[in-house]
Amino acid sequence: MEILNMEFLLASAVGIVTAAGIYLILRRRTFPVILGLSLLTYGVNIFLFATGRLMVNAPPVLNKYAEVPYTDPLPQALVLTAIVISFGMTAVVVMIALAAYLSSKDDLIDMPNHPEDEGENA
Amino acid sequence: MNHFLIAPVVLPALVAPFIIMVVRHHIDLMRIFSLASTVLLVAISLVLAAQASTGEIQIYELGNWAAPFGIVLVLDRLSAMMVLLTSVLALVVNLYVIGTGWDKRGANFHALFQFQLMGIIGAFLTGDAFNLFVFFEVLLIASYGLMIHAGGTRRFQAGVQYVVYNLLGSTLFLFALGTLYSVTGTLNMADLAVRVAEIPPEDTALLRVGAVMLLLVFAIKAAVIPLHFWLPASYANAPLPVAALFAIMTKVGAYAILRMYTLVFGPDLAATHGLVGAWLMPAALITLMIGAIGILGSYRIGRLVAFSAITSMGTLLTAIALFTPEGVEAALYYIVHSTLAAAFLFLVADLVAERQGIEILPQRPMPQSGLIAVLFFAGAIAMAGMPPLSGFLGKLLVLDAARSHDLVWWIWGTVLVGSLITILGMARAGSLLFWKSHGLLDDSEDPNATAPDADKPTDENAPEEIADVSGTEITERPAALPFVACFTLLSGLVLLTIFAGPANRYAEATAAQLFAPELYIRAVLGEVTP
Repeated sequence: MEILNMEFLLASAVGIVTAAGIYLILRRRTFPVILGLSLLTYGVNIFLFATGRLMVNAPPVLNKYAEVPYTDPLPQALVLTAIVISFGMTAVVVMIALAAYLSSKDDLIDMPNHPEDEGENA
Repeated sequence: MNHFLIAPVVLPALVAPFIIMVVRHHIDLMRIFSLASTVLLVAISLVLAAQASTGEIQIYELGNWAAPFGIVLVLDRLSAMMVLLTSVLALVVNLYVIGTGWDKRGANFHALFQFQLMGIIGAFLTGDAFNLFVFFEVLLIASYGLMIHAGGTRRFQAGVQYVVYNLLGSTLFLFALGTLYSVTGTLNMADLAVRVAEIPPEDTALLRVGAVMLLLVFAIKAAVIPLHFWLPASYANAPLPVAALFAIMTKVGAYAILRMYTLVFGPDLAATHGLVGAWLMPAALITLMIGAIGILGSYRIGRLVAFSAITSMGTLLTAIALFTPEGVEAALYYIVHSTLAAAFLFLVADLVAERQGIEILPQRPMPQSGLIAVLFFAGAIAMAGMPPLSGFLGKLLVLDAARSHDLVWWIWGTVLVGSLITILGMARAGSLLFWKSHGLLDDSEDPNATAPDADKPTDENAPEEIADVSGTEITERPAALPFVACFTLLSGLVLLTIFAGPANRYAEATAAQLFAPELYIRAVLGEVTP
């Protein structure tokens, strides 16, 4: 079917993953929020990949001997950078969330209004 | 090609791993290398500022790749000024942290500090939009570590919120960059400026979406209403000297707005004409007012200063949102002032919090109460924009620049009423902390007994005898270094007031450079006529 072409599939994939990510980051506990952030980074990575236009069976290099189709290599480099950064950032947020959970015995993402009840230390 | 231009990025990038890998067990060596690096950074930025003040725009092509294809660093008056401001602030904060021993309360403070400097300075120097994203991430990931330095439940909880908010900002940044790339096919800022101007107005819908998304990203960084919610909790719960360094981080957002929306989406560009200013101006005015009300309502000293940072961002963005040379000139003067003033107040807040805790309540007079009260008073005057310090001149310039704007009465009213509320809030906090404390003197307890020993775990678990000895000395005679740091910032504010003329001339020349983007484009791309 013509409507199920690659552009449609990719665009709806970005949309669905992003929507799911936004839903999850609005949750109150840190675990779904981190999952939501991961989904958002997947969404943005696919989106970045598509900014160079979608091509099938084309290498990301120019050929100086023949006129062959090629795909834009820059978005691929950008996606690689973005993947590495989001991977590192996810590790950091997991560690900090774990520290917050272990020290407060609670993984709610909001903070209590009266910290003096817990013997808070400046 | 002038290799000196990349030195302020490379130097901290080399010192930080060196500190982690070689000297991480020796606090003195860590301090020596970190401080030496910061001092060198100040020297380098002074040289760069001298070079930039001639008006020539220098570029550095990384890997010697020509401009639209490789990444370039660009040094113009604006970036040189911001780099100098960053390194001076870093030096002062570093002195303060060493003087108070904050760096001993957790691991790897100095390495993270250097990485943070690398990110901030790189963000100011880069001429490539994606590289700006990368440097944002460098400064953010270092700031996550600094923000939760020394630990504590509440700090971790605030840290989670801070990291999540900024990760969302980064994701949005990538969406914005992807949109811009798909329209223009480039991410070099100068090249973007050329291509954006060539797009026919009827094809600019996606471009406008990208421009507004990018504005949202920078607004998150600059803590503009309604994207400011991360700031008060993060800054108030971070170690306060770290928050003093973070005073420059909100300015990174302001800088990026200034750069992108004068160079790429300039005020004359038909596609985004008036779009940015129309959204930014009301948001900035509300930010100013919310910050001022927050000062009045804060019950902890960290939050008080965090809200004063928000109100100063409101004033700054009001000036930027005018998008006229006069407005930018006022903004540039105010950016220096508000960075120094906010950092100064954060350091004073830390002096108070270390002595009597973070609550703004009348308590027993703290040690050196008089001196700290004077410092707080000076900081409050600077932040509220009262004469004789530079905040007054800065706000005067902002008001003057807004004279011909459509919303002039709104702007004047908000700035002046906001200043009044700020004065009230600061006076309330100051009198509770410093005056009413003396009413409680009739307690006949030993004053040393109330010293907040629990705040200083380093004295208890210091492994060596020598550390214990120096610890007891500190309780007898307060360390001088924190006060040196505070007075350095204060003298910076005084100098900014005395030399307001030269500073303003530099700001004027910078604004002129920003409103002549063809100079920037020619410097980066060579002889291309847009």
